Amino acid sequence: MSKPETNIQPPAAAGPLSVGRTSRFQIFVGKGLDASEPIVELLIRIFGWSAIFFVLAIFVFVVIEAVPVFASEHFSFWEFLTSGSWRPTSPVREQFGIAALMYGTFSVTILSMLIAVPIGLGAAVYISEFAPPKIKETLKITIELLAAIPSVVWGFIAVLVLGPIIVKTTGAQDGTNMLNAAIVLALMSVPVIVSVSEDSLRAVPDSFREAAMALGAGKWEIVYRVLFPAAKNGLLAAVLLGVGRSIGETMAVLMATGHSVNVSLNPLQPVRTLTATIASELGEAVVGDTHYRVLFLIGIVLFIFAFVVNLTADLIVKGIRGQQND
Amino acid sequence: MFKFLTISKNLGAILLAAAFGLTACDKKDDGKGTGGAKPAAAGGKSIVIDGSDTMLNLAQKWTEVYRGVKPDVQIQVNGGGSGVGIAGLIAGTLDLATSSRKLSEKEIAKAKSEHKGKEPREYIVGMDALAVYVHLNNTLDSIAIDDLAEIYGEGAKITKWSQLGGKVGMDNDAIVVISRQNSSGTYAYFHDAVLGKKRDFKLGTRDMSGSVEVVHTVAITPSAIGYSGMGYKTNDVKWLKISKIKGEPAIEPSIETVKSGTYPIARPLLIYTMGEPSPHAKEFLDWIMSPKGQEIVKEQGYVPL
Repeated sequence: MSKPETNIQPPAAAGPLSVGRTSRFQIFVGKGLDASEPIVELLIRIFGWSAIFFVLAIFVFVVIEAVPVFASEHFSFWEFLTSGSWRPTSPVREQFGIAALMYGTFSVTILSMLIAVPIGLGAAVYISEFAPPKIKETLKITIELLAAIPSVVWGFIAVLVLGPIIVKTTGAQDGTNMLNAAIVLALMSVPVIVSVSEDSLRAVPDSFREAAMALGAGKWEIVYRVLFPAAKNGLLAAVLLGVGRSIGETMAVLMATGHSVNVSLNPLQPVRTLTATIASELGEAVVGDTHYRVLFLIGIVLFIFAFVVNLTADLIVKGIRGQQND
Repeated sequence: MFKFLTISKNLGAILLAAAFGLTACDKKDDGKGTGGAKPAAAGGKSIVIDGSDTMLNLAQKWTEVYRGVKPDVQIQVNGGGSGVGIAGLIAGTLDLATSSRKLSEKEIAKAKSEHKGKEPREYIVGMDALAVYVHLNNTLDSIAIDDLAEIYGEGAKITKWSQLGGKVGMDNDAIVVISRQNSSGTYAYFHDAVLGKKRDFKLGTRDMSGSVEVVHTVAITPSAIGYSGMGYKTNDVKWLKISKIKGEPAIEPSIETVKSGTYPIARPLLIYTMGEPSPHAKEFLDWIMSPKGQEIVKEQGYVPL
């Protein structure tokens, strides 16, 4: 005798517990979860909107603290952008020129990208195309570890380890300089670049590789003639993310650059970045003072740089052709 | 109908999120209040100290020993630089501001306007000689304040050790000029005492964040020169004797020369409070200026009163 189909679940418990036979308890909990669904949905909506809200709030806060500086008589926006003299606490004449600081940020970022991009892309290509599976996994984990090192620890490494090495190998007088900071920033950016590049290389369909092989391409040829052009949006995005990391880095460059208001093409000379300036001086600036507001203005400048970099990365990823026409 | 539901759900979420976020806003819009530790009201016994990096070791040692004298008083010590301490004094976020330089007119005015009816009080708690450190390989023994100004000041004319007759044992003897960041009281005092009020520091000095860092960098860089409190001397550096005017005898920093006033760049170590300090903070201050506290000053390498 076949049992009638009485084991069909009651439709009331149509929530997450509706798999298999439903006990009364499960129905009870299921009904509770169903009832809570609109609450959960509201919570999730709140979290989503609050993310946008907080970003906007931060931006508004920085702008509110910075903008009154334009009304101050000590401050000249032209001098701010073009002068290399940063002397905000001078008893003689306060000067707020950030040209040397911008040079510091740019020079260190560009130099670090010159080091990080070949290493990062090379590692990504190796991991994605050439490494045997075991080595692939080990390498990926090790490179992620590099990303886990706190930035102030990198600062210590820069001063205590890299500094003496640079002095010994280049004969520089002092080991904390543009080169030191560039190396440290490169090491910090490499994990970012490797992760994103490796992802975009893996996203290229195998059919591309197979087609190239069928046409007789060697492995390396496949990489630079097929994969790079196909993955170029992702690779460019990876590089720009690395740039964003380098521009925003504070503690490590504070210690590694020698923190000196100095403009020089020689990478063995010290420099000072915008981020390190804010970090070292904001504590001392009296709230509401011109110095204080100028530091927030520097924050806005950094915001703009980061925004431009991220926007460019976004546009490139969307495949819009900028200056990178093939 | 469905669209309205979605919009109103989202609107509800936005409003709730915004309301939550706005609770974080402070209603004080006169620019006051950088947050941080608020000094305790008369009931709780705690003292917040912030300020001079030069005095940091000293303040920490005082705190450590005072814990044995008055164990029920909680003392918190920080050292972001005299400028940070003074900014905290003005913002009202600390009890005692340690400083290795005097308050400027501007700062006194700002403090008075932020705290109506109160004046900053100054307590001298010790003396310190500002020592000029060089690497052990450096053959130079003494320097005049004028030459020091030509190394550190704007338009610096002295850029190589050979101009002063010194040798550092390297081919490249360009002077590596080590200074401090501008939150430092040591920096401000050096500016006053060596460069004077009419001359700026030159750009391109390496600005260290603390007294220890200056001495450490000089110890490993043969062509470096740096200034720091006399209490920070280590065996890896040597200090230069200073002469006020070129040709005059050069004086070595020591307790005697500071007390007698012959060492030209010595300064008082100060603690500032806003108005009258709380009773337990006053007790601490009195203890610091007593023989017990001054013994610690001497131990730490500074000059007692």
